[in-house]
Amino acid sequence: MIWDALLLGLGYNATLVTLGAGILGIAGGVGGSFLFLRKRALVSDAVSHATLPGVGLAFVLMVAMGGDGRNLIGLLAGGAVSAAIGLLCVNWLSTRTRLAEDAAIGAVLSVFFGFGIVVLTYIQTMSSGRQAGLESFLLGSTAGMLQSDALVLVLAAALTLALVLILRRPLTLVAFDPDFALATGRNVNRIDLAMMGIVLAVTVVGLKIVGLILIVALLIIPPVTARFWTERVDRVLLGAGIVGGLSGYVGAAISAAVPDVPTGPIIVLVSFALFMISLLCAPGRGVVSSVVQHRQYQRRVHLRQGLLALAQGQPIYERLTQRLMERGGLMRGDGVATDKGRAHAAQALLDEARWQVVRSDQAYAAAALRYDGLTEMSSVLTPDQLRDIDARLPAPQGVTP
Amino acid sequence: MTGSEFVPLSLVPMLIGICVAVACALPGNFLLLRRQALIGDAISHVVLPGIVVAFLVTGLVASVPMLLGAAGAALVAVAAIEAIRRLGKIEPGAAMGVVFTTMFAGGVLLLEMSDTSSVHLDVEHALYGNLESLIWLDATGWSSLWDPQALAYLPVELPRMVGALVVVALFIAVFWRPLKISTFDEGFARTMGLRTGPLGLALVVVAAVAAVAAFDAVGSIIVIAMFICPPAAARLMTNRLETQIAWSVLFATLAAVIGYVLAGYGPLWLGAQDSVSAAGMIATVSGVLVAGAALVGPARK
Repeated sequence: MIWDALLLGLGYNATLVTLGAGILGIAGGVGGSFLFLRKRALVSDAVSHATLPGVGLAFVLMVAMGGDGRNLIGLLAGGAVSAAIGLLCVNWLSTRTRLAEDAAIGAVLSVFFGFGIVVLTYIQTMSSGRQAGLESFLLGSTAGMLQSDALVLVLAAALTLALVLILRRPLTLVAFDPDFALATGRNVNRIDLAMMGIVLAVTVVGLKIVGLILIVALLIIPPVTARFWTERVDRVLLGAGIVGGLSGYVGAAISAAVPDVPTGPIIVLVSFALFMISLLCAPGRGVVSSVVQHRQYQRRVHLRQGLLALAQGQPIYERLTQRLMERGGLMRGDGVATDKGRAHAAQALLDEARWQVVRSDQAYAAAALRYDGLTEMSSVLTPDQLRDIDARLPAPQGVTP
Repeated sequence: MTGSEFVPLSLVPMLIGICVAVACALPGNFLLLRRQALIGDAISHVVLPGIVVAFLVTGLVASVPMLLGAAGAALVAVAAIEAIRRLGKIEPGAAMGVVFTTMFAGGVLLLEMSDTSSVHLDVEHALYGNLESLIWLDATGWSSLWDPQALAYLPVELPRMVGALVVVALFIAVFWRPLKISTFDEGFARTMGLRTGPLGLALVVVAAVAAVAAFDAVGSIIVIAMFICPPAAARLMTNRLETQIAWSVLFATLAAVIGYVLAGYGPLWLGAQDSVSAAGMIATVSGVLVAGAALVGPARK
């Protein structure tokens, strides 16, 4: 069943939803990337909640003008307008008053959402409002999606993607160094607004499928996930697109295959699974990799300290050091150094003595900065410099075994 | 409107609204000043999965397990945000966004997949509650306030909310000095030997208590609004913490009363027949207060 769904074999409607969710996921991931890099991820929360009153008022307006009221484009346009107003309110509150951006976000999202609820309860009392089904915008609903709806989604998502690709250079610049962008004559406010416009577009497009509460996840989780794997902006964009697209596609397929599974939440949970995998397993920034790096570093420190102790004839009591030295064949079980151990210890002591010379000489200030008690001197200085250092070493002393 | 109509129908919801508003606004002041305003947002989203899990485990729609479940979920969320922030070296806003959306999605999924259709548990209720339904049918007029028999049938949400308000107020009164110092100058607080970490966590827990107690009666949207809007408006009125808290209590009370009245009677004045959501209207009024303070507040810059 799941395989049928993943291979788009569950009929026309399920295929439409699955493809639509996949495209939405790509748009969300790519569109949210700059928001995340700009450290303003939660602005999307305010934007998405602020769509609700617009959707409701659009319905009221369309009914008042004698229409059906359920026209998707009309509802989404209403949502876009009120979301834009909410966005401007966040900007105004955080730049013109002393309130911080997080307070502005919270105020706008709760007030707009509260007003939206007022409009929704009013609609429920309208004679034509009982079947409006506007509650489906809260959590999304893919049942009964029409081909025309899907086409709207695809077009909007494609436009968003194109916009991001066109604007990616100014957006990157502003995300990483807004002061520099300003100093080089770019209009940072306008670029920020363009970024928000992209977010707004994704939010409005996603209302139908994942709903306004969870669309935030599609904007935040994929970029955060992609960030674990790379340090380059274009790859974050690519990765976020892949993670978002995969989440949307797989989530919608699962929801089509398993009864009673709502689409929006399962898409979010799939993307969270990808996030957890990345948090744990990504090379470099992942948890596992950090632990491994930390353990390696710990071993090097212990081994080095053990060798220095050996060289100076001091006994070693520390367990981990003992184990490491024995395993490396540097020391016997009774604490006596092997020949190999003695050789390495002498080397370590020589290195330490060289470092002392380097650190006390201003001429080697740059090299001295790299002293961390672990680095081999030969990887920092040239053979010529080493000879110079060696000439200044104190006279050799015997190492007591 | 006479007492015989007002007391049974409107007094209790209005009092609950005021208690919710003040109980959320008090810790909200500190959260706002600590740049943690959105913690309230995150907590109120994760209350839903907490309540659903509590229901699935106990099979009861009872207050105590649900309160425990919601409080547990709030703690899990705070711990998860902190863990993701540290382990993944992610900025706090994004970590928060990851955690609360995921937990909310999990809550909705559990709710839809389990058989909860027989009980009163749904997402819409969780979002905007039903303040209007908390009526006190045993009251006949003002005299019922001294009638033990009628008082016995007071909606259980009112004493619970008053209790939460007392807990919140006591916490802030007892820890006033450490809270104030650590909010404005955490480094100084630490040099004085204050344990700022546990204190910050305790503040979040108290906020969660207020949110969870309020949630059942009024839904989560009003909780977010009251955490942020009255303190934000108060922040624009003054530069003194004491004055700010007084303003925030005033704004919270105003929002609750005006919002409730507008929701109940506003549509009638405009010629419609039915009332609109009181929770939504209270949030809307609090937004109007913020807008007013942002335009004319003496300390708005």
